[in-house]
Amino acid sequence: MKTKRLATPYLVWMVIFTIVPLGIVIYYAFTDSVTGAFTLKNIANIGNYLPIFVKSIWLALISSIICMVIGYPAAYYIAGRSPKAQRFLYMLIMLPMCISFLLRTLAWVALLDDTGIINGVVTAMGLKALPLIRTNAAVVLGMVYNYLPYMIMPLYTVIMKIDPRLVEAAEDLGCNSAQVFRRVIFPLSVPGIISGFTMVFVPAVSTFYISQKLGSSGTTLIGDVIESQFKTAYNPNLGAALSLILMVLVFICIGIMNRFSDDEEVATV
Amino acid sequence: MSKELIRLVGCTMAFDDEIVLNDINLYINDKEFLTLLGPSGCGKTTTLRIIGGFLQPTSGDVLFDGVRINDVPPHKRKVNTVFQRYALFPHLDVYENVAFGLRIAKLPESEIDQRVTEMLEIVSLKGFENRKVSQLSGGQQQRVAIARALVNRPKVLLLDEPLGALDLRLRKDMQQELKRIQQALGITFIYVTHDQEEALAMSDTVVVMDKGRIQQIGRPEDIYNEPKNAFVADFIGESNILDGIMLEDYAVKFFGRRFKCVDSGFEKNEPVDVVIRPEDVDIVAPDDGQLCGTVTSVTFKGVHYDTIVDFHGFKWLIQTTEFHPVGSYIGIRLGPDDIHIMHRSEYSGLFGDYSSYSAEYDEINDPDLYPEDISEEVSETSEEEEADKDEN
Amino acid sequence: MKTFNKVFTIIVLIFLYIPMIVLGAASFNNGTDPAVWQGFTLTNYGELFRDGVLLPLLGNSVIVAVISSMLATILGTMASLGIHAMGPRMKRTVMGVTNIPLTNPEIVTGVSLALLFAFIGTLLKISNVLGFVTLLIAHITFNLPYVILSVTPKLSQMDPDLREAALDLGCTPTQAFFKVVIHEIMPGIVSGALMSFTMSLDDFVISYFVYGPNFVTLPVEIYNYTKKPLQPKIYALFTLMFLVILLVMVLMNLLEARDDRRQRVARRAFGGPRKESAEE
Repeated sequence: MKTKRLATPYLVWMVIFTIVPLGIVIYYAFTDSVTGAFTLKNIANIGNYLPIFVKSIWLALISSIICMVIGYPAAYYIAGRSPKAQRFLYMLIMLPMCISFLLRTLAWVALLDDTGIINGVVTAMGLKALPLIRTNAAVVLGMVYNYLPYMIMPLYTVIMKIDPRLVEAAEDLGCNSAQVFRRVIFPLSVPGIISGFTMVFVPAVSTFYISQKLGSSGTTLIGDVIESQFKTAYNPNLGAALSLILMVLVFICIGIMNRFSDDEEVATV
Repeated sequence: MSKELIRLVGCTMAFDDEIVLNDINLYINDKEFLTLLGPSGCGKTTTLRIIGGFLQPTSGDVLFDGVRINDVPPHKRKVNTVFQRYALFPHLDVYENVAFGLRIAKLPESEIDQRVTEMLEIVSLKGFENRKVSQLSGGQQQRVAIARALVNRPKVLLLDEPLGALDLRLRKDMQQELKRIQQALGITFIYVTHDQEEALAMSDTVVVMDKGRIQQIGRPEDIYNEPKNAFVADFIGESNILDGIMLEDYAVKFFGRRFKCVDSGFEKNEPVDVVIRPEDVDIVAPDDGQLCGTVTSVTFKGVHYDTIVDFHGFKWLIQTTEFHPVGSYIGIRLGPDDIHIMHRSEYSGLFGDYSSYSAEYDEINDPDLYPEDISEEVSETSEEEEADKDEN
Repeated sequence: MKTFNKVFTIIVLIFLYIPMIVLGAASFNNGTDPAVWQGFTLTNYGELFRDGVLLPLLGNSVIVAVISSMLATILGTMASLGIHAMGPRMKRTVMGVTNIPLTNPEIVTGVSLALLFAFIGTLLKISNVLGFVTLLIAHITFNLPYVILSVTPKLSQMDPDLREAALDLGCTPTQAFFKVVIHEIMPGIVSGALMSFTMSLDDFVISYFVYGPNFVTLPVEIYNYTKKPLQPKIYALFTLMFLVILLVMVLMNLLEARDDRRQRVARRAFGGPRKESAEE
């Protein structure tokens, strides 16, 4: 038996449960919800949601940039430690990701709420309660909080793999530490930046829970709309159309990113 | 007297458009130490893997004891392999590594124990049974690999450049050791190497290969003294190879002079390649010389001086214990058996001039010579395709 | 510069763990509002263990996580073996497909599977098609890429001669896998399985679209709960889960450390391009 045939059950599975469903999404997107006939109505309706799309992209973009700014120094620091310390710190960064994303977000509600922990401290000091929750900023905070590890991980992996002899060569040729960073380490870490950016942007642009809990009606995101089409409003065709656009959007972003990187690894989990 | 054990008939191996082996015909006798010798990419390892059953030839037959075994998978052949990087199983200790094949064959425990102990003794590793493989040195690991293969009493042992990672002196010791084991056990050894000294030292028969073809088969002395073409002459030892004309039997003309030689059987006035070994050239005063030239460089090699001499624009290598300074004008004398004649071949003109030692060096300064990048992808693809063909 | 990075990293870590502190404190709080401290108590933990609703839900999550990660590990390891043997073009295509569930937003995966199941439901005339099976299928589907991405690198790192040596010594291809190859890739298999288990246990978005009323997992239920103030025993549950996952991660860590150390020692002893001297 040829060894590569071992992968066939897996391929069959993926076709049935990954490729076909995407096809069905496309089918629903172009089908009328009542008559089942082919229609472009759903796609046309997306125009109504344009401001929401824009808001989703905007907030996700801000969150990704913040994650990049915060994540880079942390990743850089970790990559410079001893292997034992690296493993330990890496574990610490990854650990929150593995536990109830819902509850952690709820913790932020408890912190940011008008009657929450932070305001508890603020009012105790005699000041007026701050309107922290139900703002764009709160949603961004939630995104940054939840997806920061997704930025740190690929960054760290890439920086860690940079051959230390390249640094030595640069120093040998006359660079001080700042120059070494600017001319050698940073350029080589770009694939990690791109990877991390993608891994933050994609879930951020499609989330619905964070915006529900930390946001207000003014921060409805595209994820919220899709969720409601499937759970409450029951218009799967519109939902499918929105999902399709979201998917296309994501693939475009990834396509743009991939053009800046030669790396074959799309996801460094 | 020796019985023929393995025969390759018309074996060709092609990966897509790349022909790696081209019509290989070879027979190997029982109890013989045969070496496949050639530069990287010549097809020697491919030939070995075909005999081992890890590759199937695109066309041609592999016969074992007269029986066609093309379709027989490796685990059913009476052949064992010593791998280049040993491939010892890291999760097993020395004893279990050696016993591995015997356990698969489901031999009784007592017999396994007896054979493993005996084999460890033969390779001088008694007492190492419980060591972890990672705790051994390279030479020790290599002996475990040999023991692991031989304990199965195969008819044929395949060795894929096993001594490459070892230090020079240890390598020389191991060469003798392998030869000793081969003769003591009476097993056929098929050995692959690119090191011609190694091949000459250990083998009963040497098969010189290049570009997927067999260039010459013979005893080490025959290969050295009577190379068949310019490639063999250049690959084995150092040679000066010149253009010449065979005037008639026992007489050849080159550099405008007639020389007596000991070869015959060529056509009258046939253009030939003339081989002169650097150590066979006598340096004399210019007036006594058959040819005269100027020394262009001298390198001290300990045993002798490598002296490069320019004759009419063609550079010769002469190895001599006398020192002749750069710029001196010297003469040379050649006896009839110092001159060896070969038929012209595709290799004529490629080798033999000592402007540089290697072909690559000549080409370094010429940007037009390598029009494409030999990218990693190409070699990776062929490697992977090799692995692909493996799966059977 | 270095101290700045160090301090920064510490701040980042604190930032990441603030919710754990909040929720941990809430689990010991004698009141329902995490923002209002009403005294230390262990009653929440007590209530948790006596609870007849939450624990079965946790049980459901664990059942789905265990079964789906086991099946994904087996299927995924087989797939990795197959992929490893493929030519480069096919390998690229398959890895591309493998990456789809990873790069696709979770909501799209959830929605697409929900539509698939609805479609199958109408085809086979089953009403209420969503249930344990659909949930399991969805979990296996998103776990598979993690397993494959864990095992395939280990296969590539493995000395290819090892498998051939096993064949050379008389193993059939299947024997060669179980006696030699599996030992080399075991760290990848284990880490793939553990990663699948953790991802499954915590999954919310995808489960939310494919679950049925008869088999609910914990995260989905928590979402449905959060229309009203949460019962504090949920915080107790969270804190316990945090500690368990911490334990699992420490285990994974130690396994990796042992594997790395073993490889480093082996590489030092093996030589390769390094020359061994005659004095042994």
